[in-house]
Amino acid sequence: MNSGINVARIRSIGAAYIAEARINQMSKWKGIIAIVAIGNPLFYLIAIGIGVGVLVNQNSGTAGTGGVEYITFIAPALLASAALTGAMDETMFPVMEGFKWRKLFFAMNATPITGGQIAIGVFLAAMLRVAFTVICYWILLIAFGVVTVAESWDVVPITMFAAGGFGATIMALTARVKNEDYFMTILGRLIIMPMFLFSGTFFPLTNMPIYLQPIGWISPLWHATELGRHFSYGYPISPLMLLIHFGYLTIMLSLGLTFAQKIFSERLAR
Amino acid sequence: MPESLIIARGLTKKFGDFTAVDAIDFDVAKGESFGLLGPNGAGKSTTMRIIAATSQRTSGTITVLDRDPEEHGPQIRAHLGVVPQQDNLDGELTVTENLFIYGRYFGLSKKFIRAKVEELLEFAQLEEKRDAKVDALSGGMKRRLTIARALISEPDILMLDEPTTGLDPQARHILWDRLFRLKEVGVTLVLTTHFMDEAEQLCDRLVVMDKGKIMAEGAPSELIKTYSTKEVLEVRFGSERNKEVAPTLREMCPRIEELPDRILMYVDDGEALLEEIVAKKLHPTTSLVRRSSLEDVFLRLTGRSLIE
Repeated sequence: MNSGINVARIRSIGAAYIAEARINQMSKWKGIIAIVAIGNPLFYLIAIGIGVGVLVNQNSGTAGTGGVEYITFIAPALLASAALTGAMDETMFPVMEGFKWRKLFFAMNATPITGGQIAIGVFLAAMLRVAFTVICYWILLIAFGVVTVAESWDVVPITMFAAGGFGATIMALTARVKNEDYFMTILGRLIIMPMFLFSGTFFPLTNMPIYLQPIGWISPLWHATELGRHFSYGYPISPLMLLIHFGYLTIMLSLGLTFAQKIFSERLAR
Repeated sequence: MPESLIIARGLTKKFGDFTAVDAIDFDVAKGESFGLLGPNGAGKSTTMRIIAATSQRTSGTITVLDRDPEEHGPQIRAHLGVVPQQDNLDGELTVTENLFIYGRYFGLSKKFIRAKVEELLEFAQLEEKRDAKVDALSGGMKRRLTIARALISEPDILMLDEPTTGLDPQARHILWDRLFRLKEVGVTLVLTTHFMDEAEQLCDRLVVMDKGKIMAEGAPSELIKTYSTKEVLEVRFGSERNKEVAPTLREMCPRIEELPDRILMYVDDGEALLEEIVAKKLHPTTSLVRRSSLEDVFLRLTGRSLIE
């Protein structure tokens, strides 16, 4: 019997071993991750923030954006969008790979590691990637002079929290997927794309006719964006709405993680 | 009586209405090499997954290393090495990285793993491939790496599900040699196979499974002695005439099996029987006298070939 194996310890920190492995796997993609983390904000800030921003500000001043420059208005939304996309990449693909493409989760589960620990480990590693993306973005926002460190530092943890809620939900949904072609097409084209367009990213959600606004209400991106605006440039939100935004994302996070752990364990036990 | 590492009684696994494993009993002793032989779908892999504490039984009892896998999965898995039917290595990582990551899942120290990796690379004959990406390895190399990976935690039992399926003959022989070495140093092996030659080479004792049930149990030589004759005479008369001559052959031998392409005749002296056949002017187009194998045992027990 190998006495170097401490099962009690693995039971308590096993998820950290999985996160360590995931980070190891991600490091193979570090070049691409870095290019996306820096290139994405750079392109968006220049094209939309400055390019479209000039157009908006010339035509309507700051009236349509609640009294701030257009770039200030969309910066927290672009930040949230990048964070949520990063969270999705690191929860959807590893889960498909783990259960179907390479069956890596079955290898992990042949050790003392449990299905629930695999879910938490994948999630923790995804959050690390999100942290990297968000911090890169934030530094660029400061460099562009869009926000200042003092007034916007809290946007970083809040955006990460929102991305966590979204990532946990995507992880739980992906864990059941047998045929990824359908799933990825529907998710990408019919959910993510409209979410990006109808979550008050480029214009206030209230500009939409009322019957289209519910798309924003159910979208985690809208909640993340509203919070981001509030904490980066003091966009006013009532205490009730603050509670709703945080509450919605907290529910996504806790339901996502709870179901992901359960579904992972069931699928591994077949 | 040596210590039993695995004890199963009335072990049953159902998937809905389908009974994959049907009330089987078996014991695996410490240091023994135990095989589950049977065709695809016999319930071998399901049994392996129950032993490995990744799938729960429907009824019956099983203890693995003195524990119930239903309640103590992580404790049991901490002392098993599992080689699944399909290699589930991380193809994007290198050989060494795969071993290293896996060792971490057992909470082993980096220092311990580093030393162990060297030992295992040598064992698996993969020293030259240590920094190669796993996707670039041959099937035999991947298989050896999966076995090396399963050994990183110095398991008490090594579980191998179809270890050589899909490998070419040379790769199979290299793998058998490696497994034989493990057996020599006293590692307890539990393996499934549908190759009778593999079972004969590697197993001290085996159970023959079919449709979820155990049909027979014993050492390969015992099974052959109990369920078959010393020799087998295989004769072919061409697909047209096989049927025609079968009744005559049946009168000459207490047990014959008509297969689509040939007729198997079970006797203790094959040459003598062949002379009798020739004396009757039946003239088979080809004939072969061979020793009985586990394939014949399986045919006797189930009326079907192992590989169809």
